[in-house]
Amino acid sequence: MSPINQYVVFKLNKENYGVPIEHVETVEKLTEITRVPNAPHYINGVMNLRGEVIPVMDLRKRFDLEHISTTDDSRIIVLSLDEISVGILTDSCSEVIALDKGQIDKTYNLTIPLEDDYVEGIGKLNERMIIILDIPKLLINNMDT
Amino acid sequence: MDMAQYMQIFIEESRENLQDMNSNLLYLEDNPEDTNTLNNIFRVAHTLKGMSATMGFNNVTHLTHEMENILDHIRKDNMKVNVNIIDLLFQCFDKLEGYIGNIENYGHEGGEATELINKLHSVKPGDTARATCNKNHITDQNAENSSKPTVQLNEYVNNVVSVAIKDGLNVNLIKISLDDGCVLKSARAYVVINTLEKFTDIIHSNPSIEEIEDEIFGLSFELVVISEKDNKFIRKELNNISEIESIEIIPLSRENIKISQDIPIIGSMDNNDTKNKGNEDGGITDKKTRTSKTVRVDIDRLDNLMNLVSELIIIKTRLEGIDEDKKRQNANEAIEYLERITTSLHDAVMKVRMVPIERVFNRFPRMVRDLSKELGKNITLIMSGEETEVDRTVVDEIGDPLIHLIRNSIDHGIEKTEKRMESGKEKTGTVKLVAYPDGNNVVIEVEDDGGGIDVERVKKKAVERGIVTHEEVQLMDDKESIQLLFNPGFSTVDAVSDISGRGVGLDVVKTKIESLGGVVEADSCQGKGTKFIIRLPLTLAIIQALLVVVGTEKYAIPLNSIKEITTIKESNIRRVQDSEVVLYRGSTLPILRLSKLLNVPNTKELHKDVDKEVVVVIVKKGEKDAGLIVDSLIGQQEIVIKSLGKYLLNIPLIAGATILGNGLIALIVDINSYFKFIGGEII
Repeated sequence: MSPINQYVVFKLNKENYGVPIEHVETVEKLTEITRVPNAPHYINGVMNLRGEVIPVMDLRKRFDLEHISTTDDSRIIVLSLDEISVGILTDSCSEVIALDKGQIDKTYNLTIPLEDDYVEGIGKLNERMIIILDIPKLLINNMDT
Repeated sequence: MDMAQYMQIFIEESRENLQDMNSNLLYLEDNPEDTNTLNNIFRVAHTLKGMSATMGFNNVTHLTHEMENILDHIRKDNMKVNVNIIDLLFQCFDKLEGYIGNIENYGHEGGEATELINKLHSVKPGDTARATCNKNHITDQNAENSSKPTVQLNEYVNNVVSVAIKDGLNVNLIKISLDDGCVLKSARAYVVINTLEKFTDIIHSNPSIEEIEDEIFGLSFELVVISEKDNKFIRKELNNISEIESIEIIPLSRENIKISQDIPIIGSMDNNDTKNKGNEDGGITDKKTRTSKTVRVDIDRLDNLMNLVSELIIIKTRLEGIDEDKKRQNANEAIEYLERITTSLHDAVMKVRMVPIERVFNRFPRMVRDLSKELGKNITLIMSGEETEVDRTVVDEIGDPLIHLIRNSIDHGIEKTEKRMESGKEKTGTVKLVAYPDGNNVVIEVEDDGGGIDVERVKKKAVERGIVTHEEVQLMDDKESIQLLFNPGFSTVDAVSDISGRGVGLDVVKTKIESLGGVVEADSCQGKGTKFIIRLPLTLAIIQALLVVVGTEKYAIPLNSIKEITTIKESNIRRVQDSEVVLYRGSTLPILRLSKLLNVPNTKELHKDVDKEVVVVIVKKGEKDAGLIVDSLIGQQEIVIKSLGKYLLNIPLIAGATILGNGLIALIVDINSYFKFIGGEII
């Protein structure tokens, strides 16, 4: 176990977020999304990822953020955990950074206006703050919604 | 050596062997004098012993060894087959099955069956030299497998050997015993044979070369070779091969060939007996060689193949969509050809996935035997259509529901013997298990000639349980009433005694069957019996569907649940309480609006045009119909069913998704759940 981990960084409402690279399957441009009736409100629908049907989650709805329309920079990051694959809608995604444990503050030290349930910690890199998401919580905890 | 890679093979083979043992045990029970069957059981036990020893499962080895001992006594007429022994053997079988189950699920076999082994010891007459026993088994087994051809071959071998000796060549009988831990026995044997063939002529082998190749032998085999080289040379060459426990080279002269005429080459005991067995065994040996022509394929690889075929079908559909231009005749022809090929390819892949339903049926004779003993009822199980092929996934899933139904039939359906006599029926009750293909479906029926279902009691019970109201129940005919049994509310414990136990867990059966895309129905004639009919689709992955438009979205409705498509006037739809119905062909048809159920945005439902005609897709589930209002139809298409993934498990009303030719996703509506929507109100 190396103490340095890599994170895929994406933007959502001007904030930087990071997800552990081992959970990232692929990053895709926006494609057509088919609405799924009676799904949780933050599920935009399902998309076709090379023959696989993948649900797409709108993190803005999930985190109760202000709605912003998608742009050409918008990307869908497909996360996977065990057999679950879910795409998350982001404003843009363009870099991978390396953070060691010391650069990440655990959230219990902080108060964040967001739902800190899905936040594993805050990464600091050259004055930038990166919200590290807790993938298992994000993908598993909400099954009952 | 890393055993993990062989584990799956071990488990699969053990299961097959156990199934073999099971059917043979059942047969032996009815024909206790049948030496063939006995030998088969012996052989299976022995194979299991060898396999488990190789894999290091000592408890399995121990138990099968003790079983062998018992069986050997019976073979040698030291003991007679009786009920106790059969029961004991069945217990051993159960234990073995348990062991294998443990190995499969937890990776270890579980505790030793001390009690069972003690029991086995207690039935053993006197003391026996176990060590020799073991050795004999191997040779006996070999003799059994091949003695038929050996008998014929012997004259030939004999002649060849005589000529060879006359010519001054060395004729040797080579006995090779492979190492206990040898995994690829046939490959090892092949190495031996290959080595020998370099400088000798192999004129005979026991078991036969084919059987060695198919790994139908214990740990040892024998070859008769003619060579110019002497014994020392042969031994030296063979010593270079690993995983061999012992090599025995016996020079053959005219004298011991004489012996070999009586005894098929090897010095086995009770040779006459073996020979007879061999002859009778003929049919079974044939069967063995036939099954060995199959290839074991990992189901994941098949799934992968299946996925690729699915992709191909998607692309094909896409091609069909692109080319609307009539001028391009050639392209059309090519596409049609492509379509034919993909369809055949799909069929072929589906067939690969098909396995005979026998695999499920096999366990029932035993279950019926145990149950009938337990309940003191005489019951025969008649099975037919075991060869009917169904998808592998169906085979894995259908077992439990069938057990449920058969148990139900035996426990509650078939009456006690006295009662049967009173009502003038055969003393022995019959349970029929029938499978047959029917178009794109497989039908499995479980039928008993018992007391049948008391419809009035079912109705009464349903009202008591609050499943239906008193008024509703009055309107129901017998068939509908019987369907009430599948209602979850019925499966409570005290229902067991109230309605002669009918309906216990039938909702579980129903749920399971429906999850496989099938339907289950019950049919009963009071006093005569009950019949459960299960209908399952042959294929699970690719279906014909009707694509429809609702609002701006496309949905697929499985074609097999569509009864017909029609248009009706909006003004003919009547509101009854909270639901809408229409009078159609003299009966009322409940109407469901897809746009409403699926919360489709932007539908023009608000300003209903009374004179407008709406498209209604009439769907059926069993005997029930319902009309689904859609905006328009696109057409029929072959679609590949994809799941929505684990994350979106159990989304109501949606059975899955499919990818259309243009790469977009259309959702497949789950017709069964629409009928839940109509709920208790039954027309």
